Amino acid sequence: MLLINCPYCGERPELEFVHGGQAHIARPGDPAECSDQQWAEYLYRRDNIKGLHGERWRHTHGCGRFFNALRDTTSDVFLATYKVGEQPPTQAQLKGVKA
Amino acid sequence: MSQGLRTVSGGRINRARPVRFTFDGRELSGLEGDTLASALLANGVHLVGRSFKYHRPRGVLTAGPEEPNALVAIRRDAARVTPNLRATEVELYEGLEAHSQNRWPSLGFDTGAINNLLAPFIPAGFYYKTFMWPRRAWQWLYEPRIRAATGLGLAPEHPDPDSYSNRFAHCDVLVVGAGPAGLAAAQSAAARGARVILCDEQPELGGSLLGEADPGASLGENGRDWLADTIRGLLANPRVTVLTRTTAFGYFPHNLIGLEQRLSDHLAQPDCRQPRERQWQVRARQVVLATGAIERPLVFPGNDRPGVMLAGAVRTYLNRYGVLAGRRAVLITTHDEAYRSALDLKRAGATVTIVDARNGASGELAETARREGLAVHTATTVIGTRGRLRVRSIRIQRLDAHGQARGATERIDCDLVLMSGGYTPSVHLFSQSRGKLAWSEGLHAFLPAESPEKVRCAGACRGVFSAAAARGDGESAGARAARDAGLTVDIVIGEPQPAQSSGTAAAGDLPQPGGAPPAKAFVDWQNDVTSRDLLLAAREGFRSIEHVKRYTTTGMATDQGKTSNLNALAIVARQLGKSIPEVGLTTFRMPYTPVTFGSFAGYTRGELFDPIRTTPIHDWAARQGAVFEDVGLWKRARYFPRNGESMHAAVARECQAVRSGCGLFDASTLGKIEVVGKDAVTFMNRLYVNGWTNLAVGRCRYGILLRDDGFIYDDGVVARIAEDRFHVTTTTGGAARVLAMMEDYLQTEWTDLSVWLTSTSEQWSVIALQGPRARQVLEALVQEVDLSAAALPHMGAATGRICGIPMRLFRVSFTGELGFEINVPADHGLAVWEAIHAAGEPHGITPYGTETMHVLRAEKGFVIVGQDTDGTVTPDDAGLTWAIGKQKPDFVGKRALERPAMHSPERKQLVGLLTAQPHVVLEEGAQIVLDARTTPPTRPIGHVTSSYYSATLGRSIALALVRAGRSRMGQTLYVPMPGEDLAVQVTSPVFYDPKGSRLNA
Repeated sequence: MLLINCPYCGERPELEFVHGGQAHIARPGDPAECSDQQWAEYLYRRDNIKGLHGERWRHTHGCGRFFNALRDTTSDVFLATYKVGEQPPTQAQLKGVKA
Repeated sequence: MSQGLRTVSGGRINRARPVRFTFDGRELSGLEGDTLASALLANGVHLVGRSFKYHRPRGVLTAGPEEPNALVAIRRDAARVTPNLRATEVELYEGLEAHSQNRWPSLGFDTGAINNLLAPFIPAGFYYKTFMWPRRAWQWLYEPRIRAATGLGLAPEHPDPDSYSNRFAHCDVLVVGAGPAGLAAAQSAAARGARVILCDEQPELGGSLLGEADPGASLGENGRDWLADTIRGLLANPRVTVLTRTTAFGYFPHNLIGLEQRLSDHLAQPDCRQPRERQWQVRARQVVLATGAIERPLVFPGNDRPGVMLAGAVRTYLNRYGVLAGRRAVLITTHDEAYRSALDLKRAGATVTIVDARNGASGELAETARREGLAVHTATTVIGTRGRLRVRSIRIQRLDAHGQARGATERIDCDLVLMSGGYTPSVHLFSQSRGKLAWSEGLHAFLPAESPEKVRCAGACRGVFSAAAARGDGESAGARAARDAGLTVDIVIGEPQPAQSSGTAAAGDLPQPGGAPPAKAFVDWQNDVTSRDLLLAAREGFRSIEHVKRYTTTGMATDQGKTSNLNALAIVARQLGKSIPEVGLTTFRMPYTPVTFGSFAGYTRGELFDPIRTTPIHDWAARQGAVFEDVGLWKRARYFPRNGESMHAAVARECQAVRSGCGLFDASTLGKIEVVGKDAVTFMNRLYVNGWTNLAVGRCRYGILLRDDGFIYDDGVVARIAEDRFHVTTTTGGAARVLAMMEDYLQTEWTDLSVWLTSTSEQWSVIALQGPRARQVLEALVQEVDLSAAALPHMGAATGRICGIPMRLFRVSFTGELGFEINVPADHGLAVWEAIHAAGEPHGITPYGTETMHVLRAEKGFVIVGQDTDGTVTPDDAGLTWAIGKQKPDFVGKRALERPAMHSPERKQLVGLLTAQPHVVLEEGAQIVLDARTTPPTRPIGHVTSSYYSATLGRSIALALVRAGRSRMGQTLYVPMPGEDLAVQVTSPVFYDPKGSRLNA
């Protein structure tokens, strides 16, 4: 069971959270402008990364807020968690965090 | 037999406290402090079990949790039978009842031992190769027979009457193992202010020291004082939790460790109020693993006879339990440390011969042995043993200069064989932490390297074998763990100790004459895997150790190969001509030792298995004799039988009452979400398919929610309570996921909207009053609301009071009749329900349940999301296109609905079905085909989603999803069932009052 650092509540056990899939996939602003192919990509195409992965979590049984996280899928180490709307930390900012 | 093999003094048993027990019905006696294994050995009992496949007689091999042979069932009563316990870990108590396993009719004479004679014919893979066909016979003949002939203990047949507890804990430093390294690590971390949990599987602290005649003496400077002070200090420190009889069985991500604490298995009379076990989930900032090492057996012919034991185990039985496991012993070894066992045995009065496979033995211990007059044969191998139920002799042979067994042979009579091929560090937990292992050629062992977790190892589990060095290593590890846990450390931290070799020779099997693979040289005792099986697997083309493991089952028994893995690896590597690290190690998995199911279940059994949700009207329904059904976690009244009515009769009566008078239905389980804010209407427009801008305050609308892939996700009536306030209802099962979806879009996509979402499912009691007389019943109870059709038409909403209680009243109908849904605060639900019921009695009011609700809605063709839809159904498929707001530029799912595939005329569409035989009710889920009596395979063109008997119509009705269904009106299709193909006619899904005149009354 992972230990997840909610940006609003602090460290809590995984069972308080729900995983929300890959992060930073914005819904197209005008879906009518999308081709079928583009819409299918938005709906179904997801990365399956070995290594650093941006993903969404929701602190369902806590504050109820969605947030984003950078997790190393090989080690399960969270390098960062950050609020919706914020940019993921840069490589430089991540330096020194043990992956 | 008395305990004839007990020494006169020493050990950690209480000689003043005899303990009686039985083994296979035989009454025996041991001492307080014994394990079952030590007590059996004290009574001269070596034969304790039969092997898994060949039914070979087996004895105690080890003195710890790695034991592969001595598995027993412990019985307290018919329900309290625990199979497959290791006798080496079972603490003796007065009256203990132990049984051997996998033998018939008795342990001494077991008919299954015929398998042993057949052994040459049943090598690895025998079952796969032999029982190939007829294929069907595997299921009913081969597998049951094989399972009966092989295997371990039997499961108890009664429910487990014991209770089990769970606990969460946090600490700065968790130390696993309380041997010299673990004690030092805990002491060192605690001295620096850390909150420490120290756990050990044994009943006493000390670990390997418990097997020493003088535990403190081996610890170096002031060892005795240090040991006593450390243990006393840890037990007295309020920041230290010491857990004995507690196994760390699993290492989970982010330093979560599962601990299994055994609370009452060692007691003669457990208190029935006490839990039997407690499972801990410990979240540790830092972990120190001080899990020690396991002695490696040697692989030679007949190495599995009772009386053949690990050298260290024999020493432990002698020093800790005062038991002499035999009087004429032979030690077979490939390293110096094992000589200690021979020396201790000699000093206790046994004769000991030493057989050392190495070319020479010149270490200090070897010299001591020679000085004390022990015969030492170097450059010698073992080529066989004899003795049916106990080893009687061994045969040895000299090795030549090339290590080939070519020299003279000799028989040595004995009643005990000690063997030792060095130590294998216990890296199980470290490996479970996804830690990498590194091969050490010097130690001939895998040692812990890097782990993604916050873990470090100390002592023998990282190759620091001597007790004094392990103590230093533990002190260093404990201090570092405290520092890394964030504690200010101002005391000098010592360096970790270097790993040290014990003069260990290579793992694998001992040389045999002619270089031939030895017969019945066991590698995995518990699964009966021999070195020949491994060589066969390699010859047959298995290259990966993972495949060899699965083919031969080596290391796959309940002991997970604690004693066998490295020997198996070495044998396979040599055969393949590769080095051990090239062949690789199989994965270690939790649990380290078997854990009871009960402790995983913990408190969550029986009534506590799942929460139960009930409505405020539940008890009233129960008093009326309602039959309930589970809907998610909810209990819902399914029907209200009167005077022993069948469900069929009750539903027919309830339907009739709603259609002709009025019925009362508890709809409180409906999901409810309050959507509030200045952008509430924009939010609803973007989310639901419907147009909401023109929905006036005081009006309701049937809303449909899609996912962005265009498929129906949920539905429900939505009322506009104010310009900026919607009362949204969802399906009973969908409430949580709809709210989650709303929150998702609101928090992550449409952060510009000012909207608040509140779950109000439990705040409102919802009472559905349905039927032509509903208005008359309600009129007398309602204040501030005009119920007339003109003032409150179908899909009207009003706020007012009922019986003086604030209410939201919706004129909606899921039955097709004039109907109202009365929402009142949940605290008043029962009172209002009872008032309506009383007011309705002159009108024949009838409570009805979900079954009647289903029939009534199906008669009207109203879908239930999740029953008539399955995640692949669009609004058009379900005949709900009319609900979609045509003017809206976008809503969730709109873009997907424009894909060409969503408009294919071949899509499955919702239709009604009428059976040719009116009284036949179709099976829900049944497939639909075009032609009768076709031979399979036939392509189904749809399936039945809802099917009931309609008392109103006097016949059965069904809803179905059928390919191009709406173009098939009037067509005859078939539902193949066993025995006959049922003819059905495709119709509109609306069977009753298609014009809706009753609804608008």
